[in-house]
Amino acid sequence: MKQLLSFVRKEFYHILRDKTTILILLLMPIIQIILFGFALTTEVKDTRVAVLIPQSDEITTKLVERIHASSYFDVVNTIQSSYEIQKTFRDSQAKLVLVFENDFAAKLKHDGIAHIQLIADATDPNAATSFTFYVSNIISSYQQDMIGTMKNPYQITPEVKMLYNPQMIGAFNFVPGVLGMILILICAMMTSIAIVREKEKGTMEILLVSPMRPIYTILAKITPYFVLSCINFLTIIILSVFVLKVPIAGSFFTLVIISMLYIFVALALGLLISTLTESQVAAMLISGMALMIPVMLLSGMIFPIENMPLPLQIFSNVIPARWYISAVKLVMIQGLGFSAIIKEMLVLSFMAITLIAISLKKFKVRLE
Amino acid sequence: MVKCIDLHKSYGQTIALQGVSFEVNAGEIFGIIGPDGAGKTTLFRILTTLILANQGSATVNGFDVVKEYREIRKCVGYMPGRFSLYQDLTVEENLEFFATVFNTTVEENYELIKDIYQQIEPFKKRRAGKLSGGMKQKLALSCALIHKPTVLFLDEPTTGVDPVSRKEFWGMLKKLKAQGITILVSTPYMDEASLCDRIALIQKGKFLSIDTPQNIVNQYKNQLWAVRSMNMSKLLNDLRSNKSFENCFAFGDSHHVSIENKKLEIKTLEEYLLKCGHTDIEITEIQPTIEDCFMEISKDTTL
Amino acid sequence: MENVITATNLTKQFGHFTAVDQISFEVERGEIFGFLGANGAGKTTAMRMLCGLSKPTSGIGTVAGFDIHTQTEKVKKNIGYMSQKFSLYDDLKVWENIELFGGIYGMNDQDIKIKTDKLMYELNFEKERNMLVASLPLGFKQKLAFSVAIFHQPQVVFLDEPTGGVDPVTRRMFWEMIYKAAENGITVFVTTHYMDEAEYCNRVSIMVDGRIEALDSPKNLKANYSAKNMDEVFQKLARKSQRIE
Repeated sequence: MKQLLSFVRKEFYHILRDKTTILILLLMPIIQIILFGFALTTEVKDTRVAVLIPQSDEITTKLVERIHASSYFDVVNTIQSSYEIQKTFRDSQAKLVLVFENDFAAKLKHDGIAHIQLIADATDPNAATSFTFYVSNIISSYQQDMIGTMKNPYQITPEVKMLYNPQMIGAFNFVPGVLGMILILICAMMTSIAIVREKEKGTMEILLVSPMRPIYTILAKITPYFVLSCINFLTIIILSVFVLKVPIAGSFFTLVIISMLYIFVALALGLLISTLTESQVAAMLISGMALMIPVMLLSGMIFPIENMPLPLQIFSNVIPARWYISAVKLVMIQGLGFSAIIKEMLVLSFMAITLIAISLKKFKVRLE
Repeated sequence: MVKCIDLHKSYGQTIALQGVSFEVNAGEIFGIIGPDGAGKTTLFRILTTLILANQGSATVNGFDVVKEYREIRKCVGYMPGRFSLYQDLTVEENLEFFATVFNTTVEENYELIKDIYQQIEPFKKRRAGKLSGGMKQKLALSCALIHKPTVLFLDEPTTGVDPVSRKEFWGMLKKLKAQGITILVSTPYMDEASLCDRIALIQKGKFLSIDTPQNIVNQYKNQLWAVRSMNMSKLLNDLRSNKSFENCFAFGDSHHVSIENKKLEIKTLEEYLLKCGHTDIEITEIQPTIEDCFMEISKDTTL
Repeated sequence: MENVITATNLTKQFGHFTAVDQISFEVERGEIFGFLGANGAGKTTAMRMLCGLSKPTSGIGTVAGFDIHTQTEKVKKNIGYMSQKFSLYDDLKVWENIELFGGIYGMNDQDIKIKTDKLMYELNFEKERNMLVASLPLGFKQKLAFSVAIFHQPQVVFLDEPTGGVDPVTRRMFWEMIYKAAENGITVFVTTHYMDEAEYCNRVSIMVDGRIEALDSPKNLKANYSAKNMDEVFQKLARKSQRIE
């Protein structure tokens, strides 16, 4: 026991004395949260709109005012002819052009129908979908108000409701993703580097030629990063709740449990990687390539898994982050309890046990 | 104390050890002398149970290196090349850490390392990475001794270290021997061979000779002369052109000439050199050094 | 005889610590100059300054006629360098290494080809030409490394413990190569821990605690310090060191 404590203390010395790395490790989650939370947003705000109204009338004017008044849009220009539409897009003056039919108000009153064409810059298809949706909403709601003053017996009114994240705040989607990525990075990559560093520096030789059992080496290497991960976990949660205003709808305790489980999986992964490489650089590259990229692309953090082709969907089941992120979303955003995340917990437990078993088996008692 | 029988080891195509057998008695300082790549580190790694031999067997302190490796790891001290220390821990922290790794404390065996450690004690709060070669050496030795091992394995502890520190180091080893510790030490420096009780000359994975330094010197067949003149560079060429010599090599301030045919006389050589135009000629018959012996024995295997 | 290396009160400080303390000396063309000292005495720091790798804190120096403060790039072009730790790329073939370093030093392809052939013949490396350096025995490697270091005919070649760990026969062959290079006008600046090699030098300087405590021919040093050989001279001088680290 004394051996283990002494070893753990040594590991903490290493980490704390490497000021650069520890700064990165503690700041990384904060920076990521801030970036994803504020700077990188897929929300629609102040989208520039241009309108083409052949003849202004009270309806077109009111409609345009409403659109302009909304925080999502900014009507920047009124163009006179369809000729200028191309120019508007080419010069990036606006991302959306509304083209009103001739005699809009008159047609609406007499024929009961009038057309508005929405031409959107779909360079970013996701954004385009969003703002055309928004603008349609505004138009529909205006239509609703108008109906109150007109005779129209049949009305089918679609009612859209956004569950869990009614304001469609992007952060709700990103916080679980950031959690998943940071935790696996710290645990897997840093743990594997720490173990391989002993091999590289030659001190592993001395540790082996000693009465100390190799299991202590493993435990001692894992402990500091476990502690660091817990600190980062709390940092992210605190920032999310108080700065980004993403509430924890479900039980905090459940969240902690599933996070601990995920951390174990990540630590076991780090352990496995360390048995595969001899140099720190290789450990770092494998962790980076094999972990970061799949996590970012295939875990559901950014791109929805349901939209991926079947083979990739199946592959994403192998990525621990996928299960963790899904569990966090269920608990944090949807407010569900243990029973809802049983599947995720079982999968992660299975992964943890398997990885630990393989790593322990592969951990070499000798140098080769 | 240490026994090897016919050890073989290859790494893929490279043969590191080709049938090494020897014994080390308790309380001996046993030197393994040979250049880089001769197989010294491989041998040490097998004996300290870090790697497995392809063939052959070995025991340390009565324990088999393969089956009873755990026992061996409790009672040996090991100092690998490169003085494996934790660069970002202080001298003190390194020592304390290794003490706990060996289930002991710094105080328990302090007497053993006192002489060595006192030299670096003023720097005990300094990070190991900031010590010079000589200091690192002393710290690494202290860490290897902290649990009072029965056998000490030192793999090239003096490589890259200046002559003064080297001399001091060997002084420390002699004191350790007096405490009853068996020491196996490898080195490429031939002059250190004479400081060992017995030595083994190793080249290309084979032991060329195992004996006391004095016996090896006695076994040197040829006569050996040390030759000097005003122009050493020219001297070497002239000596080599004269075919009556076995070998001629530069040895610091003189050239060593090895003569198989004992009938050759110093006077003859002197005359020859005078004819070549040398002045200030000095020729003395000398006892061979271990280096002379090594070069003689390894002649057949090198070229 | 012109001076290929000059140093006047060369000093290097790291914060409060003075690694090299006002050293002054000159090295003549074609000299074999031994640069000795204990670990931590300041040898490596001094050499780095002379090679243009580190800026002196004060003092002046020239190598091959170029100022080591202001003309470091020119210095590097005119010197060769070889150390125990690195000399050649293990995963390149023998001739590839030669071609690489020849190119780095600005030799033209024709020159490189002719000289490579000549070198392979001289070293008896015809068979090894296409082998990876990693598969060469250490002695071969060191000989090749030295040849590559002087391939571009530099004025000075700096050798940092070139014979560490090498077997005795190869060590001597190496020094015979050094002699030949010196005879061809290349100045050799070498550090070593083998005291017998110190005897092969024209002059030797011994650094203690950042200063040059002795600088003379081996013969004179032995006379001045009443010593039988260079090892004794070194022991007597280095013991005075205050810098026991």
